[in-house]
Amino acid sequence: MTAPKVISLGPAAWTVRPRTLAVVTLAAVALVLVAALNIGIGTSHIGLGDVLKTLFGGGTARERGIIFDLRMPRTLTAIGVGAALGLSGALFQTIARNPLASPDILGITWGAGVGAVGVIVAGGTGGQVSGLASTLGVPLAGLAGGVIAGILLYALSWRRGIDGYRLVLIGIALSAVGYNLVYWLLTIGDVDNAARATTWIVGSLADVGWESVAPVLLALAVLAPVTLVAGHTIGGLQFGDDTARGLGIRVDAARGTLLLLGAALAAVATAAAGPITFVALATPQIALRLVRSAQPPLFGSMVLGALLTVGADFVVRVTPGLSGLPVGVLTAILGAPYLIFLFIRSRKEERA
Amino acid sequence: MSTVEVRVGKATVGALLATLLAVICVASIALGARSIPLGVVWDAIFHPTGVPDHLIVRSLRVPRTLLGVLAGLALGAAGALMQGHTRNPLADPGLLGVTQGAAFAVVLAVVVLGIDDLYAFIWFGFAGALVASAVVFLLGAVGGRGATPVTLALAGAAVSALLNGVISAIVLGDDCGMETYRFWHVGSIAGRDPAMIGQIAPFVAAGLLLAVINTPGMNTLALGDDVAVALGRRVGRTRLLGVVAITLLTGAAVAACGPIAFLGLLVPHFARAISGPDYRWLVPFSAVLGAILLLAADLLGRVVASDNLEVGIMLAVLGVPVFVHLVRKKGLARI
Repeated sequence: MTAPKVISLGPAAWTVRPRTLAVVTLAAVALVLVAALNIGIGTSHIGLGDVLKTLFGGGTARERGIIFDLRMPRTLTAIGVGAALGLSGALFQTIARNPLASPDILGITWGAGVGAVGVIVAGGTGGQVSGLASTLGVPLAGLAGGVIAGILLYALSWRRGIDGYRLVLIGIALSAVGYNLVYWLLTIGDVDNAARATTWIVGSLADVGWESVAPVLLALAVLAPVTLVAGHTIGGLQFGDDTARGLGIRVDAARGTLLLLGAALAAVATAAAGPITFVALATPQIALRLVRSAQPPLFGSMVLGALLTVGADFVVRVTPGLSGLPVGVLTAILGAPYLIFLFIRSRKEERA
Repeated sequence: MSTVEVRVGKATVGALLATLLAVICVASIALGARSIPLGVVWDAIFHPTGVPDHLIVRSLRVPRTLLGVLAGLALGAAGALMQGHTRNPLADPGLLGVTQGAAFAVVLAVVVLGIDDLYAFIWFGFAGALVASAVVFLLGAVGGRGATPVTLALAGAAVSALLNGVISAIVLGDDCGMETYRFWHVGSIAGRDPAMIGQIAPFVAAGLLLAVINTPGMNTLALGDDVAVALGRRVGRTRLLGVVAITLLTGAAVAACGPIAFLGLLVPHFARAISGPDYRWLVPFSAVLGAILLLAADLLGRVVASDNLEVGIMLAVLGVPVFVHLVRKKGLARI
């Protein structure tokens, strides 16, 4: 292994290990390929070469129509949502110091759900609220709900500092409340809205258009750099609080900031495509194993999150018998056994 | 000044709780969107004549109240058993995935297999609850020293999340199932088929009986498995009896009312405050308190929000502050 390089940007500095760089590069290449496949394959096939040609300004009018109007927004949303979820998961696992923590288990996702479903049921998609309000209403309400859940999570877990275990338990309780509220909102809506809301609740990329792309990419463009800059304190948080304070980190402020950033990222992703479960949970752990670091790598988690989400979307789109299945169902069914495996392993480590 | 200490026997407390339950039952029958005088309630039950008030009492309020009593007794006792067996003050059939397990099986029966016979779907509920409890207990046992509150809660969250994903996938493809499911999914004791009551009653009774039989064994297990073995207690048998009782109670309650969370979590903590650690009292107290709390929450939802707030939502909203308080308390240790 060659020595890590240091990249500094003003007062902040990051170490880049060659292995990390290699993993991230490979994941990025894979992401471009899967995204191109996802854009090319569907009811009418467009070859990989033609896809790339069209993306760079060529292609026939028909190809441009299919690609830019239908498949491009879906794939871009998947990339944005996945990246946001991966980064959010990495933040939560670092704060809670627990590989099982993730925004979907800690109530952030359901908080965003309450906001978004509230708007849908109130007629935000074709009822009394329409036009710009319905386009922006759902993502904004989702963002607000998720951030409020994050603030509640922090406030209720605070007791002379933030303890990872307490954070997890409070999060599970918040999650239960949010979940119940979402389903209650469904009972007061009419069935069309309820069906649409249910599709949303599972996490689906089926109906996303350009209007979903902008909010999620915009939020990512703002939040990701802030997080990566704020993230230079993350390395210290893996040690006990006293050690971290000794390293000059304002532990509580750092945790609070990272938790809010994580909540905002998860909320934006949820508002765009519904709660696609387990991406935020699994991605950071996979990234951590690939780069062999002590903590989930932030940038690596982002790229892998995007790769996993686009990959899952690709699988449900092209597999016969699965088409029409919301992508969130696939991630839930694949992710839960993984979570249980993690749980068993961590128990065994405890015993050893 | 010396304080006078009044010692009240547990039997007296039990009698008080039973009286309170009776009062709540009467209130649940008499109050609601339309208040009905007690004299009319009495006539409706004993000398019905078919006037509208009598019909409301007989066909709506009485079934709703009876169902609430059954579900409350079942979930209260199941919560106490779960907390005792897992030695986890945060255990609850809803939080640990047992409720979702039953819900999953019921949805499977209704939507996929097209079963509309109530009896069959109760059995599905039991099967689902049994598998989910077994999974939770096994997960808790991995690593040998019993699960901590946190690990078990996380395992429950994982199991629930998985089942939820699968349930949504099933329901989404089916408009009719969707319509039924979204109302059943929010735990409620309103608008259920009155025939349910007769069907779940024997199972709840059997579950309660097994729970009471299980209590002396739980008292020994509370000393730790090693001590229990040394005292000649068959640990495996005691645990199995507990799992069977939890399954019967949760499965019956969920099949009839849908998933109701937090009741099983809250009630044992209130019960423990008046019964002390002896499970022989704690379990029956939890059962009665469960019925009281469920009916009270249902009545509150009826009076405050004109019956638009299902009891499951009410309990989640009421339950979380208590849960948060428990978590924030110093030394969230094992029971």
